[in-house]
Amino acid sequence: MQDQNKFNYIIQQADNCLILGQRLAELCGHGPVLEQDIATTNISLDLIGQARLLYQYAAEIQEEGKTEDDLAYLRDAWDFKNVLLVEQPNGDFGKTIFRQFLYDTFSCYFYEELMKSSDERLASIAAKSHKETLYHIKWSGDWVIRLGDGTEESHHRMQEAVNELWSYKDEIVWANAVDAEAEKSGYGVSLEIIKQKRKEKIKAVITESTLTIPEGDYAHKGGKEGTHSEHLGYILADLQFLQRAYPGNQW
Amino acid sequence: MNKNWPLWEVFIRSKAGLNHKHVGSLHAADADMAIQNARDVYTRRNEGVSIWVVESKHITASDPEDADQMYEPAKDKVYRHPTFYNLPDELKHM
Repeated sequence: MQDQNKFNYIIQQADNCLILGQRLAELCGHGPVLEQDIATTNISLDLIGQARLLYQYAAEIQEEGKTEDDLAYLRDAWDFKNVLLVEQPNGDFGKTIFRQFLYDTFSCYFYEELMKSSDERLASIAAKSHKETLYHIKWSGDWVIRLGDGTEESHHRMQEAVNELWSYKDEIVWANAVDAEAEKSGYGVSLEIIKQKRKEKIKAVITESTLTIPEGDYAHKGGKEGTHSEHLGYILADLQFLQRAYPGNQW
Repeated sequence: MNKNWPLWEVFIRSKAGLNHKHVGSLHAADADMAIQNARDVYTRRNEGVSIWVVESKHITASDPEDADQMYEPAKDKVYRHPTFYNLPDELKHM
């Protein structure tokens, strides 16, 4: 292992990408209309693409002769360091959209900062991914506004989604020991900067969508330390079944 | 009330310098969404650098029943093609 903290740091974001990508992939063929079915699938593929770049780099740092596939398919739930937000179920379209918006308002600013990383490989992965997230945040943000400021029914459902996911909002910008060490070493980002920009963006979109910001700031935590909700087990069962049942199988 | 979103026609410019070509249609609530949907549905394999959308109801189409009077008369007028000129040898790319 070249650098245990850098490995952990990359895995955190790679897992966010993979698990949210997998969640969105569940909607393939089940989107509310054909055009949005394709939109969510495109975003899913962008996220899985980002996960691949990160896992490939992590596997190199790990120096155990493993590949991106080992990291995605052969780790257990407690090895995954994604935030609880991304493993939340799709729910109705409003919930899918708001979960996506909360994630996009992180990833967009995260990659923007990571482009300045002292690690060139991370900086170039960030530059490629940032372009994708600019589209994602526009897509999810526009939908929050459309549905929030839409019909009585869509407004109500969107508000339900906001209320339900609000306590999962901030784990992603909370710095754990891995984040702190990464920032200190120069290859990681300042989550404080991201937190501030993100807060303003979320507030602006919620205001425009005529929705109400919930009271209270209780925040679920645990995912970044490997303590997950029961949902992750089901996601991994779907995701990893084939490699677990038929080790080494290929297309 | 019609619950379906209106239909839009999508035109894509595949690269700079070429004209926009009709590629298909989609449903969207308004022009902004139509552009985004077109991006997602019609440019995911790197097909384009520019998108036009127009609501299908704004397109006026010729009537297929009028095909005879519209297009037949042009068929025997070969002199409308510039193929009867003697070109100097120096001209290479005509």
